[in-house]
Parts: sequence; structure tokens; C-alpha cells
Amino acid sequence: MGSKQPISRATTDSAILTALMATNNKLTAELVMASRFENIEIAERTLLDLCRRAGCNGDEEYWLVSALREALANAVRHGNGQDPNQDVRVFLTIENSTVTIRVEDEGEGFEPADIPDPTSPENLLRPSGRGIFYMRQFMNRVEFGPTPSGGTAVVMVRDLDQTDSDQS
Amino acid sequence: MKSSIRDVGDIRVIELSGKITIGAGDVKIRELIDQALEDGKNDVILDLGGVTAIDSSGIGEMVACYTTVTKRGGHLKLMHLSPKITDILQVTQLITVFDVFDDEREALGSF
Repeated sequence: MGSKQPISRATTDSAILTALMATNNKLTAELVMASRFENIEIAERTLLDLCRRAGCNGDEEYWLVSALREALANAVRHGNGQDPNQDVRVFLTIENSTVTIRVEDEGEGFEPADIPDPTSPENLLRPSGRGIFYMRQFMNRVEFGPTPSGGTAVVMVRDLDQTDSDQS
Repeated sequence: MKSSIRDVGDIRVIELSGKITIGAGDVKIRELIDQALEDGKNDVILDLGGVTAIDSSGIGEMVACYTTVTKRGGHLKLMHLSPKITDILQVTQLITVFDVFDDEREALGSF
């Protein structure tokens, strides 16, 4: 159990867990982190903690963390241009066997349809451009949109496999 | 990410472990490949047996290294992929690009 507080701004090298709540069927966590790759692992650990509280199996944990890592890498690199003065906000929810990950950056956004298909033969040897493809593979639903403050948000949803959700 | 290198004849075997992810392991792979080429080792096996996670940046760096080594007339091959890394390579069709081996002797004999 924890109390929900207003989200503060991260210092340029930090990642802050600003809220963690657990009620009957709902687990939530919120973080704000400076745009540094080193902070990604802190968000990963928070998601892993929620997954374990919710009884996710090991495979689900792996793919959820992988999707979160891709979203955060995009937010830090492309959204915020690795500017540590710009924040990435992370909202994690597990409710009724559904995991929702929302990652917000302060960038101007992009058109997902403009990103080339990384599986096309002409793109196979490109060194980049696979992050969103992987997010879509690892999650059931991935949507992009603007945030109220003018940034970009990605919302990713995965339904947990209830047949083996009690495995570790 | 941790790494260790050894040479078997003219072939450089690079054993990797831990995470190959953005900002850390991805850059390290490039350095290891550059070092192999500087040492005159154009045929390289990446042993991913100890790798626990790889992201799109790590995959992208492996692809870039594949291109670099191939342009030098060499070969970059992969060994000891976990089922999850195999899945990750399969969904992006990269499994068709890399030669992948489970057995080191077989990998060494393939050059």
C-alpha cells in the first residue's frame, strides 16, 4: 500500500518512484525519470516487482519488461533527444489480469505509419528501426498519441495468460 | 554485459553474458568486433549463451557488425542462442541473415 502523490520533476540524473498503490485487483506504480539510458533499469525493476506481486509467469515478465525497455529507449533517445533536463514519465497498471504500460516523453511525436517495415528484405540489414515492431510483438495492443502537455505517449496493453498465471 | 575473447586458429570467439541493451552492451559489441578486425580476425563467432536480454539496439548493433565484417570479407556467426533470443531474431526475419549454431565444433567447422 502507498499514497498517491503529485508527480514531481526528476533531477537530471535521477529516476523517482512517485506512487505505488495496491488495492484488491489493481497494482499501480508511477515513475518520473531524467532522460538517461541508465534510468531504464529502475523502471524495469519496478515493473518486475509489480509482475511478481500479480503472479505473472516468467515468460510474461520477460516480454513485458522487453516492451517497456523499447518504449523507454524510444522516449529517451527519440522523444527527448537524450536531454537529461527532459523527463520521461512511466505509468504501470496491472488490473484484472491486464497489464497497461504508459510512457510519456516531452517530444513532438511522430507518425508510426512512416516507420519502414523492418522485416522487408530491403530493411533487414538496417541497424535501427525495430523498436516499435518489437513492442507490437510483445504486447497485445500499442497506441501512440499526444499528452496534455504537448509530448507523446505510448500506451501498451498485454492480457496475462490466466491459465498459468500462478507460475513463477 | 561481460565478455571474454579467445581465438581458435584464425577464428575469434567472443563470449557475451548479461544484457545487450541500449547505452551499454550495444556499444561494447561494436568495440569487440572492431578489435577482432584490427587483430586480423575476420571470422567471428558471437557466443550468446550467457546473454539474458537483448533489445532492438543490441540486435541493431549485431546487424551493423554483420555488415562491417562481411564487407571485410569475413563472416559473423552466432552460437548458443536462448529460445527467447531465437524468437526475437525470428520475428524480425533476422534468423535468415545469421548462421546460427548450437554446437561450437560445428560452428568452427562452418567457416
